[in-house]
This record gives sequence, C-alpha cells and structure tokens, in this order.
Amino acid sequence: MRFLPALPILLPMAVALALSLLRDDQRRSHGVALAGAMMHLALAILLLATVLKHEIAVLWVGGWPAPFGICLVADYLSAVMVLITAIINTAVMAYACHDIDPGQVRTGFYPFMQILTAAVCGAFLTGDLFNLYVWFEVMLMASFGLLVMGRNPGRLTGGVKYVTVNLIATLFFITAIGLIYGLTGTLNMADLHAKAAGVENTALLTAAAMLLMVAFGIKAALFPLFFWLPAAYHTLPVPVSAFFAGMLSKVGVYALIRMFTLVFTSNTGFTHTTLMVVAALTMLFGVVGAASQMEIRRILSFHIISQVGYMVLGLALFTPLALAGAIVYLVHHIIVKANLFLVSGLVRHTGGSFNLKTIGGLYKTNGLVAVGFIIPAFALAGFPPLSGFWAKLLIIKACLERQQYTLALLSAAVGLLTVFSMIKIWTEAFWKPAPAEKNSSSIKRPLSPWMLIPVLSLALVTVLLGLCMEPVIQFSMVAAGQLMDPQVYISAVLGGQP
Amino acid sequence: MEALIACLIGLMFAAALYLMLSGSLVKFVFGFTLIGNAVNLLIFTAGRLHHVQPPLIPPDRTGLTHAVSNALPQALILTAIVIGFAMITFVLVLLLRTYAHTGTLDVGEASFLDEAAEKEPVSTDQDQTFLVGPS
Repeated sequence: MRFLPALPILLPMAVALALSLLRDDQRRSHGVALAGAMMHLALAILLLATVLKHEIAVLWVGGWPAPFGICLVADYLSAVMVLITAIINTAVMAYACHDIDPGQVRTGFYPFMQILTAAVCGAFLTGDLFNLYVWFEVMLMASFGLLVMGRNPGRLTGGVKYVTVNLIATLFFITAIGLIYGLTGTLNMADLHAKAAGVENTALLTAAAMLLMVAFGIKAALFPLFFWLPAAYHTLPVPVSAFFAGMLSKVGVYALIRMFTLVFTSNTGFTHTTLMVVAALTMLFGVVGAASQMEIRRILSFHIISQVGYMVLGLALFTPLALAGAIVYLVHHIIVKANLFLVSGLVRHTGGSFNLKTIGGLYKTNGLVAVGFIIPAFALAGFPPLSGFWAKLLIIKACLERQQYTLALLSAAVGLLTVFSMIKIWTEAFWKPAPAEKNSSSIKRPLSPWMLIPVLSLALVTVLLGLCMEPVIQFSMVAAGQLMDPQVYISAVLGGQP
Repeated sequence: MEALIACLIGLMFAAALYLMLSGSLVKFVFGFTLIGNAVNLLIFTAGRLHHVQPPLIPPDRTGLTHAVSNALPQALILTAIVIGFAMITFVLVLLLRTYAHTGTLDVGEASFLDEAAEKEPVSTDQDQTFLVGPS
C-alpha cells in the first residue's frame, strides 16, 4: 500500500503503452482503454479512502531522504482531484468508443489520452516544484498531440495559438523555479514553506511568486491571459475537448491553490489582492464574451473562463470557508463542464452542427439529450438544489464574511448572465423548430444509446452531488483546513522518512 | 562573475523577447530557443558560481573530502534542455504543417487569422502518411 500514491500515474502510463501497440485494432483499443479507465477509477477511490483514514499519504520515490528526493503527496485536495480525473477519464473513454473514427485511433488518440491522464494525476500528486514542471510538460506534449489530430478546419491555427501561449507559460514557470531555487536552495514544496518565510529579499520572492502566478494564470485561462482557450477548444474532437475543458485549466487552478496556500503566504496583502482583482475581471470578461457567441463549444469555452474566476476568487479571499468553496467549485465544475462538452457532441450528432443558427427542435426528436443538457446547464448557472448553487453560495458567503460586497454582487450577477447563455443554447438548439434543410454538408447520424450513458451518468453525479451536499462540504472544510494550516502536510512530508 | 552572467542573461532575454514579439512564427521559434537557454543559465547561476571541484567521492573514501559545486541545478538544466528540445521539434513540425495549410506564418495575415481559410492540402494521401507514419 506504500506505493498507492504512484499507482494513479503508473497505471495510465502502462495502459498507454499497451494501447500504442494496439493502434491498428480499433475494437481492442476501445476495450483496453475503457478497462484501464475503470481500473484507474478504482485506484482513485482506494487512494481517497486511504487519505480519509490516514489524512496524508506520502511516497518518497527512490527512497532518497527528505527533502532531497522527489515525493508524491496525497492530501485531501490531491486525492479528490485524482478521483475527479478518473471519473472524467472513464466518462470520456466510454463516450469515445462510439465517437472516434479509425483514423484517430490509428493516429494515437487513446495512448495520448492516457498519457494526459497520467500527467494530470502526476501534477495533482507531486510534492516537488520541478517535478510539477515536468508533469506540466508531459501534459503539454500529450495535449499538443491531441490538438492537431482530426480534420476540423482551424485546428492548426488554433493549435499554434495554444502551443505558443503555453510554451511561454512554461518559460515563466521555469524562470520562477530558477529564482526560487536561488533564493531558498530547495524545490520541495513542504520545505519551501519554512524557507520562503525566512527569505530576506522579499521583493525578489514576490517577483518569483508573480511569475508563477502568470504561468499558472495562462494555464488556468485567467484575465487577461485567456484568449488562447476559446481559440483552440472548439476545434478539438468532442471527447478531447471534454477532457481538456474539464481538467486542463483546473490543473492551473490547483497549482495556484497549492502554491499560494503552502509557499507564498508571507505577502498576502499584495499577491492575494492581485488574485482577487484578476478573479473578478476573469468572471466578468468570460461571461460577457460568451454572450456574443453562437457556436455551442465557443459559448461553453468562454464559460470555463468565467467559472475559473469563481475558484480563484475562493483562493484570493483566503479564508477556510472560501477555500472550501473553491474546492466544491472545482469538483462541481469539472464534472459539469466535461458533461456539457460531451452533450455538445450529441447535439452535433443529432442536429448536424455546432452552430446554434443551423440547428433546432432537438427537444422533440431527442428528449434524453435535452435532459442530459438541462441538468449540467442549470448546475452551471447555479440553480438550487444542483451542485453549482452550493458552490456559488459558499463563495458568496465567504465574500460577505470578508465584507467584499462588490465581489459578492458580481458573483451573483455573473451567475445570472450564465443563465442567459444556457437559455440561449436551450431555446436555439432544443426548443426552436428545426430550420429548413439548406446545406447538405451537415451530417446527421443516428444516436447510439451507448453515447448517452456517460452523459446521463455525469448528470446523475451532478444531481447526487447537489442533493448530498452536506458530506461534500464537510470534506471540503477539512481539505481547506489542511491548506490553511499546512503544518500537518509539512510534518507528514518532512517527518515521515522512508 | 555572477553580475556578468546576469547581464548576459538579461541581454539574451531582451533579444529573445524582441524575436518572439516580431509577429513571424519562425522568429518566434528562434526566440523560444534563445530564451530557453537564457533560463537555463539563470538556473545555473542560481546554484551559485564558485571555483570548486565536481561533487565526486574518491574511490577510497565514503564521503566528500572537499568543497564541491552544487550538482542539482545541472540536473535540472539537463531535464529542461531535453524537454525544450522536444518542444522545439514539435513546434517546427507544427509550423511546417500550418504553412502547408495556410500559406503563411505571419500572424497578422488574413489567411492565418481566418479559420475558414485553412484548407486541406492538395494531396490527402500524403497528409495521412505524414500524420500516422508508415504502417
């Protein structure tokens, strides 16, 4: 059981290896990918159960003494993020079995997806800053591969934007690593906590913190660094876009939460106030950007941005309640957003297009797709009793506690504008009568019931999360407590010698 | 020594930023290569520059006998170089493909900005082999 924190990384890697040998055999690829994803889910549940029992699980890879080796640390936040990754991975694999064409399988869709899953889990579990950089790079490489496969127009120019901006983010990241190492002489996050507090040159440390904030801000698509996201996500194959939308920007949010609760807490007056302003502008610009779009996946992409703003706001307020709100928001948002992107694929399947102007009448012809859309859409907008309502409630309550009334008002208003966008998709795609057939290029395909299963399962998870919110909030409060008072984390990492 | 290297790093950063902001994607790649090397030098300098011996333990001893240089930044740089190398290779191939589809690598030009202008290259067979490789 000591190796449990490494298994959610090793298993997808092994599955990816097997899948790269099976590229020419489509049916076996589907089976192996789905089985691998389910095993990954089981491991993630096991990891969460272990963490619930022992609070924190630490693995010193290679057995080097602390703090010189690389360690994998699973605290409450990491464990729950790994579980969500596994859930999304399973849903996306189940969906992909009936959506991916042989050409994409041959190009290596499955191995890339599994490597991406491994890298995301690695980023959530690592306790070392340089190791986090390495996982980010692995994630980038896998996402580059997925980005340029397929035949959608715009994928290459969208890909160029994604690639260049993300490369710049990694440069910021590694520059910050160089500065932090020069100042403290360590890159272990737990070790950094004490060493960063003792640094004399606080100006340079804050500069390094801001470099990291920019690097993670690009990944998380914060204002004003978000423009690459809506430029690229709508060109992706549907299962890929669902995984990207659910997970990738949230890895940036996770990294922000980890670094700005564990390491950079000495100058919160500057760093966290900056985060607060950025978060407010991110919420506002994301939701306003969505209002002008007519392509489903572009609307949803802009909503990723505005929702990320809520999570970062939770971090910026820096109280236990706000952090708990951010964690609930992460959990709720990843499931809902991945689901909405999967639904957009179903809309494309049944309606023939992603463009709202050319489709309609899907409520009449495909009632279950409508159900699959309306639940995550309302959860995203924050209707009680769905999960988004509780997440928004916690954030707004935390705003009021810190007497940030403008931010509370803004959070509520952004929720209202989200309703506007969701209603736009609902009326255009589902309610309005189907427009007369004009272009023969739109391909309507019959809907396989197997594609509905992942969508409806994720919708069910959303409903259950909303109805059984009490244990989730309690869990998040404990997780937030661990983040606000990192002594448990530090003593588990530095005290527990191999 | 540190001050000299710091000036050099600053100069490299400035040149790289100029290249990356020039609007041509080919120049961007050169800028990216240059800035990657500047960052590597930064990490190297962060490990302190001293005239000391490499961290090797003599065969008849069990521990270090003299002041040694810091080996960790070099390990970090080695990792960063390998990753940077892979990234540059990928970007070059991506730019080649983009050029084949849009006919330009100038980010200001209409055919690059307009998504609809991106068309399939003439020979689709070649396209397939390029992406998938011989099978």
